Amino acid sequence: MKKILVYLEAQKDALKRSSYEVISAATQIAAEASVSVTGVLVNGTEQQAKTAGEYGLTDVIIAKHNVAGIYSSTATAKIVADCAKAEGADCVLFSGNAAGLEVAPRVSVKLEAGYVADCVELNVDGGTITALKPVYGGKAAVKAKVNTENQIYSLRPNVFTAKANPADCAVREMSPEVSADDAKAQVTSVTKNEGKLDVLEADAIVSGGRGIKAPENYNIIEDLADALGGAVGASRAVVDAGWRPHSEQVGQTGKTVAPSLYIAAAISGAVQHMAGITTSKFIVAINKDKDAPIFSACDYGIVGDIFDVLPKLTEKIKAVKG
Amino acid sequence: MNILVCISRVPDTASRILIGSDSKTIDPAGIKYVVNPYDEFGLEEALRLRTKNGGEVTAVTVGTAASTDVMRTALAMGADKVVLIKSENEPTDSFYVAKNIAELAKEISPDLILCGRQSVDYDSFQMTSVLAELLDMPSVSIVSALTVDSDKLTAERDIEGGKETVEAPLPCIISAQKGLNEPRYPKLPDIMKAKRKAIEERDAIPSEERVTISEMSILSKQRVGTILSDSDEDIAELVRLLHEDAKVI
Ligand SMILES: Cc1cc2nc3c(=O)[nH]c(=O)nc-3n(C[C@H](O)[C@H](O)[C@H](O)COP(=O)(O)OP(=O)(O)OC[C@H]3O[C@@H](n4cnc5c(N)ncnc54)[C@H](O)[C@@H]3O)c2cc1C
Ligand SMILES: Nc1ncnc2c1ncn2[C@@H]1O[C@H](COP(=O)(O)O)[C@@H](O)[C@H]1O
Repeated sequence: MKKILVYLEAQKDALKRSSYEVISAATQIAAEASVSVTGVLVNGTEQQAKTAGEYGLTDVIIAKHNVAGIYSSTATAKIVADCAKAEGADCVLFSGNAAGLEVAPRVSVKLEAGYVADCVELNVDGGTITALKPVYGGKAAVKAKVNTENQIYSLRPNVFTAKANPADCAVREMSPEVSADDAKAQVTSVTKNEGKLDVLEADAIVSGGRGIKAPENYNIIEDLADALGGAVGASRAVVDAGWRPHSEQVGQTGKTVAPSLYIAAAISGAVQHMAGITTSKFIVAINKDKDAPIFSACDYGIVGDIFDVLPKLTEKIKAVKG
Repeated sequence: MNILVCISRVPDTASRILIGSDSKTIDPAGIKYVVNPYDEFGLEEALRLRTKNGGEVTAVTVGTAASTDVMRTALAMGADKVVLIKSENEPTDSFYVAKNIAELAKEISPDLILCGRQSVDYDSFQMTSVLAELLDMPSVSIVSALTVDSDKLTAERDIEGGKETVEAPLPCIISAQKGLNEPRYPKLPDIMKAKRKAIEERDAIPSEERVTISEMSILSKQRVGTILSDSDEDIAELVRLLHEDAKVI
């Protein structure tokens, strides 16, 4: 390995948390393999770029261009690949979020690099990386090794810890060579789910299952999520019943989440649901059936009725959080 | 409008996964294989676009001879033509699969290529973009709503905390997400007819393996599983455990 390039994304005045996670992983690998790390931020500001220093990244390139409107995955891929070539980086790291999962494979083709997506561990041994990545919807995992000279990985969000490691960050600017022809796929508008935290961005998630019985009962789920400062999720049974939107579905055909705390309320624990939560740090189950499968795959469980337990749990958590 | 749909053959999502004797792949005993659920959305979308615009729907799978079962499902759902690109072993390298599909795509010049968001076996999350890059086409991943005009498409794509609207000229590749449509169930007469239809077969072109899998293990972390009652004391104990032991609140 010669050098690592990390793809950075900004949000407001800073970088996205997922970018800090990738920076932490990259700086750690770089230290073990004795190579340097550079970040690339497309169309960002110096203020945003500088925050990379808080997590130990000392060199960031801002690639400024105005060919695409809001964003273009095709143009971004070209910029990142060109930047890797110019910097002599043979290893590129992305967050495995919606943007990273779309751009990284394109960069892999441009750099003739092997690419492993959605990694949950990167282990370095004598400069060689072995990635651990979930397969079969999280029921199993494989160790994967890239055979090509250039290598690319994307990291599952929330799994790698962003470790504060303050350093001075030098920011450089470059003008990438991109034309309108490189920006064939163009984002024309973005709609945010108003005021709601997404399960993919939350550090605590409370999901409801079929036992919630009616959509108007979801307030007990929402209250607990609010007390935790977390997001609301749902099992497929709840989404299929039309009680909650698909954007909240957790599981193999919903979202794969990895929060610090996942609370499953009145969810039986079907394999397809569990597949989406295996990399959560702590799983709590509340179910009135003591034999529900979820009790054999959780860290803590309460056998009881959610309509009785959830409000009490919410009050007690509020008391602890002050 | 000619459409190519990429179909991956995967274990039914309800399958229990056991590691095979080679420690690299799963034990196939007792596993029911199906069309990757996301590819059903892709095929359904293709069939609806054909109804609207005419043209031909071709489905392709890169896999072993065993893959004919999912090719028949694609025929039963309504694909005009299916192509099995035959490889000796179950393909695990995404680049190899994409290269082979790209070769076919160059022959049939589709206006639109549909993949699934991910193949729920290796969850490689890359076919759509790799294929697009190999064919020098734009692409949009994780699409939950699609409008196709004569020379461009508009797609709604799921991102963290919201949606993006993306425009791209044809030919283009998209990957299907749940919500795009409700896939049809093939009817019995169509299933019977599909049994007699031809499956075009060709041998896969070998290519370098860019990523090698060395070991497979069951991921499920051993969870301690402290099970409590619904008494007030136990609920308080849960909060204490989360606060003091797990330190997550
Ligand atoms: C191709 C495919 C993909 C799938 N993908 C997903 C996916 O992504 N995500 C997903 O979640 N599922 C998925 N499923 C569905 C999955 O198999 C289950 O059907 C689903 O997860 C069940 O949801 P549930 O646990 O809410 O409901 P149920 O299995 O009906 O369980 C309800 C639970 O609530 C408990 N309960 C009832 N009332 C109360 C109460 N008052 N207090 C406490 N407990 C109570 C019951 O004891 C029971 O355990 C998929 C299935 C297929 C075939
Ligand atoms: N062996 C295969 N043959 C045909 N299509 C495939 C194959 N593997 C993956 N695909 C397509 O690529 C999509 C994404 O898969 P992946 O990138 O492998 O997770 C799938 O939903 C399929 O549409």
